[in-house]
Amino acid sequence: MSFGDWITEAQNIVFLVFAIAMLFASVVVVTSRNVVHAALMLVVALGGSAALFLMLGAEFVAWVVVLVYIGAVVVLFLFGIMITRAPTGRDTARLDHERRWPALLIAVATFATIATTTTLAFEDTEVAGEVVRTAQIGDLLFNRFVIPFEAVSFVLLAALIGGIVLARKDADE
Amino acid sequence: MWPPQCPAALGAVARGIYTRRSTPADAGDGAAQVAEYFQDYITVAVFAAFGAVLVAVAVGAASLLRPSNPTATKSQTYECGIDPVGGGWSQTHVRYYIFALLFLVFDVEAVFIFPWAVQLETLGVFALVEMMVFVVILLAGLVYAIRKGVLEWES
Repeated sequence: MSFGDWITEAQNIVFLVFAIAMLFASVVVVTSRNVVHAALMLVVALGGSAALFLMLGAEFVAWVVVLVYIGAVVVLFLFGIMITRAPTGRDTARLDHERRWPALLIAVATFATIATTTTLAFEDTEVAGEVVRTAQIGDLLFNRFVIPFEAVSFVLLAALIGGIVLARKDADE
Repeated sequence: MWPPQCPAALGAVARGIYTRRSTPADAGDGAAQVAEYFQDYITVAVFAAFGAVLVAVAVGAASLLRPSNPTATKSQTYECGIDPVGGGWSQTHVRYYIFALLFLVFDVEAVFIFPWAVQLETLGVFALVEMMVFVVILLAGLVYAIRKGVLEWES
């Protein structure tokens, strides 16, 4: 398919807009001189990936990306930055690293590997008419996978208690 | 075009695009489901766009119309109360980190509540009991945190 044909389809234009926004945000994440701005641009990049999941019809995955990655992981990043560095984010010297070019090389090589493998594996297979709504996930989760679902609560409880034990210094110890 | 009809019109466009692309084998129920899915999200996108335009127009028009006369007192962060000291980039106390950790766990809990909430009507009482068990187990963790004094503000 030529680029002219490709660009006339509406979903390809939407994809292109999201992809360019994600690319721009990701570049700012690694080049920004302020680490807080980098974390906030990571939100934009992750939001773009959530939008791409939505376009693929994976509704639940998209909202999990928003809730867990944007909601929780980036919050943890920001907390980490706010706690460890004063004045927050303005330390431009420590943001750079002498091995930035090898890092770039490895990043590009990883991207090339993933891109070629997926392109070779799927070629022109169309993913059409497959939409999984959150309601279907709910049906599966609360009818078929009841026990694993309840087991998850114990895993979360263990994580909660473990986090408290590790993060809190006991006054009486 | 009046806004309320706008999502429906765009939904019709979306239906055109996505039914044209689907293969003949699943042209029946699957295509309709796909069209409905994208129509739902195009509605969301149109509402979000209208919201953004509304705010942009309101704030932009206000900044064009109002007189601009800033003074040191007017550009303070808080009009009333104690004057702020230091910059906004100061270091935060470590004790906030435990709240972030607690938030993390209950955020993952919310992920499981979403598919439950949209399907509760058809799932019935059994799912309600399941979710109760799930929440109560996690509440035990919160009780542990309170008993350990994690949520107390020690100065």
